[in-house]
Amino acid sequence: MTAAHGNPSGGPSGKPTGGLTFATVDSEAGLKVALSGPRPDIVMKLRESGLRGRGGAGFPTAVKWTLAAAARGEQKFVVCNADEGEPGTFKDRVILNEFPDLVFAGMTIGGRAIGAREGILYLRAEYTYMRDALEAVLERRRKAGLLGANAGGLAGFEFDIRIQMGAGAYVCGEETALIESLEGQRGEPRNRPPFPVDTGFMGLPSIVNNVETLAWVACIMAKGPEWFKAVGTDKSTGLKLFSVSGDCARPGVYEFPLGITVAKLLEAVGGSDAKAVQVGGASGHCLPRSEFTRALAFEDISTGGSIIVFGQSRDMLEVARNFLEFFVEESCGQCTPCRDGSVKLLEGVELLEEGECSTAYLRELKGLSKTMQLASKCGLGQSAPNAFLSIVEHFQGEILGRSAAGI
Amino acid sequence: MVDKNEDPLTVRTPRSMQAPAGQAATAMPDAIGGTIRAVIDGQTIKVPVGTTILEAAKELGIRIPTLCHHPDLCIAGVCRICTVEVEGQRTLQAACTYPITAPIKVSTSTRTVRQARRHVIDLLLSRHYGECYSCARSNNCELQALAKEYGVEFFRFGQKEHRDHEIEDSSYSVVRDMDKCVLCRRCVRTCIDLQEVGVLEAIGRGDQTAIGTFMNKPLADVVCINCGQCINRCPTGALREKDHIEEIWEAIDDPAKHVVIQTAPSPRAGIGETYGLAPGRALTFEMNTALRRAGFDKVFDTNFTADLTIIEEGTELILRLYNALVKKDPKVALPQLTSCSPGWVKFIEHFYPEYLPNVSSAKSPQQMFGALIKTFYAEKNGIDPKDIVSVSLMPCTAKKFECNRPEMADSGYKDVDFGVTTRELGKMLQQAGIDLPNVPKSEFDDPFGGATGSGVIFGATGGVMEAALRSVVEFITGLKVEDLYEHADIVPVRGFDGVKYLEIKIPDAVGPVPDIIKHLVPDWNWAKGATLKFAVAHGTANAKKIMEDIKAGGKFSECHFIEVMGCPGGCIGGGGQPIPTSPEIRAARARAIYSEDAAYAIRKSHENPAVLKIYEEFLTDGPCGHKSHHLLHTHYTARGKYIA
Repeated sequence: MTAAHGNPSGGPSGKPTGGLTFATVDSEAGLKVALSGPRPDIVMKLRESGLRGRGGAGFPTAVKWTLAAAARGEQKFVVCNADEGEPGTFKDRVILNEFPDLVFAGMTIGGRAIGAREGILYLRAEYTYMRDALEAVLERRRKAGLLGANAGGLAGFEFDIRIQMGAGAYVCGEETALIESLEGQRGEPRNRPPFPVDTGFMGLPSIVNNVETLAWVACIMAKGPEWFKAVGTDKSTGLKLFSVSGDCARPGVYEFPLGITVAKLLEAVGGSDAKAVQVGGASGHCLPRSEFTRALAFEDISTGGSIIVFGQSRDMLEVARNFLEFFVEESCGQCTPCRDGSVKLLEGVELLEEGECSTAYLRELKGLSKTMQLASKCGLGQSAPNAFLSIVEHFQGEILGRSAAGI
Repeated sequence: MVDKNEDPLTVRTPRSMQAPAGQAATAMPDAIGGTIRAVIDGQTIKVPVGTTILEAAKELGIRIPTLCHHPDLCIAGVCRICTVEVEGQRTLQAACTYPITAPIKVSTSTRTVRQARRHVIDLLLSRHYGECYSCARSNNCELQALAKEYGVEFFRFGQKEHRDHEIEDSSYSVVRDMDKCVLCRRCVRTCIDLQEVGVLEAIGRGDQTAIGTFMNKPLADVVCINCGQCINRCPTGALREKDHIEEIWEAIDDPAKHVVIQTAPSPRAGIGETYGLAPGRALTFEMNTALRRAGFDKVFDTNFTADLTIIEEGTELILRLYNALVKKDPKVALPQLTSCSPGWVKFIEHFYPEYLPNVSSAKSPQQMFGALIKTFYAEKNGIDPKDIVSVSLMPCTAKKFECNRPEMADSGYKDVDFGVTTRELGKMLQQAGIDLPNVPKSEFDDPFGGATGSGVIFGATGGVMEAALRSVVEFITGLKVEDLYEHADIVPVRGFDGVKYLEIKIPDAVGPVPDIIKHLVPDWNWAKGATLKFAVAHGTANAKKIMEDIKAGGKFSECHFIEVMGCPGGCIGGGGQPIPTSPEIRAARARAIYSEDAAYAIRKSHENPAVLKIYEEFLTDGPCGHKSHHLLHTHYTARGKYIA
């Protein structure tokens, strides 16, 4: 099946979703397949499918699970990262609202694959309103024998899932910060290595996967790897959900094969006259029109699915300021480049707004951005200067030479 | 005889004291074994699997700058000053956290690395308020040193022009200037992991991140024990002791005041470091001369009251044992816990108040001396105690709190007016133009005179125990300690193991009860064949292990006497000692102290002639008698953990 055209789905207003592939897959079929074969078959199938993490980093799911399966630990954990905090992303909310069974089935498959008995759904604080419904789904699955002792009817396979709420920190979407938060600590990224697959929740082997990744796992188990990789590119197989917002006619959740160009996506959402597109949320890159030919794929421009469209009238410096204000606030405050670097970049934007930033200082700030990308402790700090850098690079004419009056 | 304390570990290790999971890799060599080849800046080295890049580079003599790293603390990897290039890695890696688990090629000083380090320094300077001239840590500041090392000539990203935080000086001991904080979190790891007190933690997020207390309350209102270990590990001037230098100069300059100073054993082993000497050279007798030159009227040795503490606390122990074993008094609290360390005393007041009856009522040597100076010494020399300004030189910031405890005024005056740290005295002597290492030596002043080796070793963990055993064993067995331990060195209680344990079996033949306590205990028959059990802990994290074991009814609950020092290493590692500190530095200071002990002619507290004399002349109803109870003993406050 291909979805050459995007399927508009529930937008920010939470309209009912139709047309997503997830709606066509029987959530329990995959679980049945996974539980009926030998354990290693699960990661074999995932490897064949080429599935890569849908949270944005694109780490091969099979590799992650294989490492966790091989790691030694009295206990192991499957963690679902539902801390969907990237500005402009809302596709996980749609999945959790409408296809929670797929996600829970995916987690259960993960439990079987790595040998875990416990799954934890880390749900962002802003999604607290969903909790009761999700708990009801879990309860229904327990009653149906899909969770608990002999889960899914497999003798000796015990697996259950609990929900733990986040507390509103963006950084807790970073997997090691998420684990710290799960443990009741201040949500701050850990040093890596070691990685969670080896030393995760409570120091035990853990896989942390995005909501969408787990839902695709259930689909791949049900329909097979060939079905999954029939679309997409060689390095970025399968379909991906995109959260589209901003200056376009039809914002919402869309499903496209990976590898789609920005231009094609804009066409589908009614945003073809955009001035720029922010791909990947605050931590992503800002593309000017000249780069709309680029492909949304891990090998070109990687994204967790956030697409923010900026129309012709948008002030790009204001865009940069907006993202930097976000990082100044959301840095965990642990490492110097991210915590203090973001502040300096924001001050730089303020200088630019007043026409007070010399080209020499702007060059210095670009150098600082590079340091942030290279020397920050985690992905948050490493990507915090991305938006600033791409705006400075692509919209130099627009942002330089302003006067204090704002002309 | 020494037991490495395996049992208490059945108590589940609290999360706070485990290395965060992200750092567990450093423990890998034992698990995996084997060595791995690392090439750093073109030099090759073989290291055990799991060695960090920082450690490997150090082996090769390659300096990688650090800031948040500290040899006493778990790894943080937050400052990012130590980043290096690792071949095959997209980003720079923190050398302090990166475990070498596969062959690796590292470059520590590429253009990118230098630029990143310079940026990190520039960023830290941009949030650091104040200039170096007026800073307590000028010339002893790691940020300043890094700025120099990386050639900072201007503030690339600006400089902070106004304060964000008031200087927080509510505590008698620790002053916090958070505008100088660089958020390395060494204080946090010290407080939570090293000491397990947990007063300091990072609060807020992003640019609002700051080191704070519970609800950001003043330090004086939270469960801070004043140990000052955070100060010792702060790289900048953000944490410092409350300084009394000016008040002391004022007293010295006032001709109406008689200013005396008592000096504790540990500062003499550390003060040389404030003059740039290598750790481990004691300047005891040079310091006597220097203090007189600086204007102190008399210089006394706190070791005198250390010896006195042994007599009082040892007698108290004997009485507790006698009352428990012979008189079968169920109210007797055992084990008896030492009380010389004011950090430890406040720790137990907050965290284990139900065990306060176990704490020896004997005051610390500082406070015993304070009480005697304004009574015995004042009487003997015809000085009005109100004109005496009593200063104590201590390795300790908690002593500042202790001398301000309301109960410490048994002389009718504030027993000790000022407690100064080794660091403060180093500054005073420098202000006075005194070249401490090169002044002639001189003795302590009478009537307290010199001391014994037992007093000196109070400075190191296990020292109080060793001193007490030298006396108690001789008291009970009638034997000489030398007959039991070579040179009277009770080695099993020495050294830096976190918890030490020792059993001594009293022989069936006991000695006569010494005259000094004859009125309290008629004979030793009750002690015949008994096995006395002792333990020693240093650092409050280790104290906590012992206290949890006692609570659980473990082997430490069967001990008779336990020495606890609040600071790692004991007083030589005190919060008032020169900065920096490390296990090696503390070991060097300890060596200085033990070699002083070995050089003393008299090495047992009960043989100190000045101590014997004071019981004849002044404390005439003997150890633990009425007068000594009034002046030399005290009580404690059950504080609990509740923060109002």
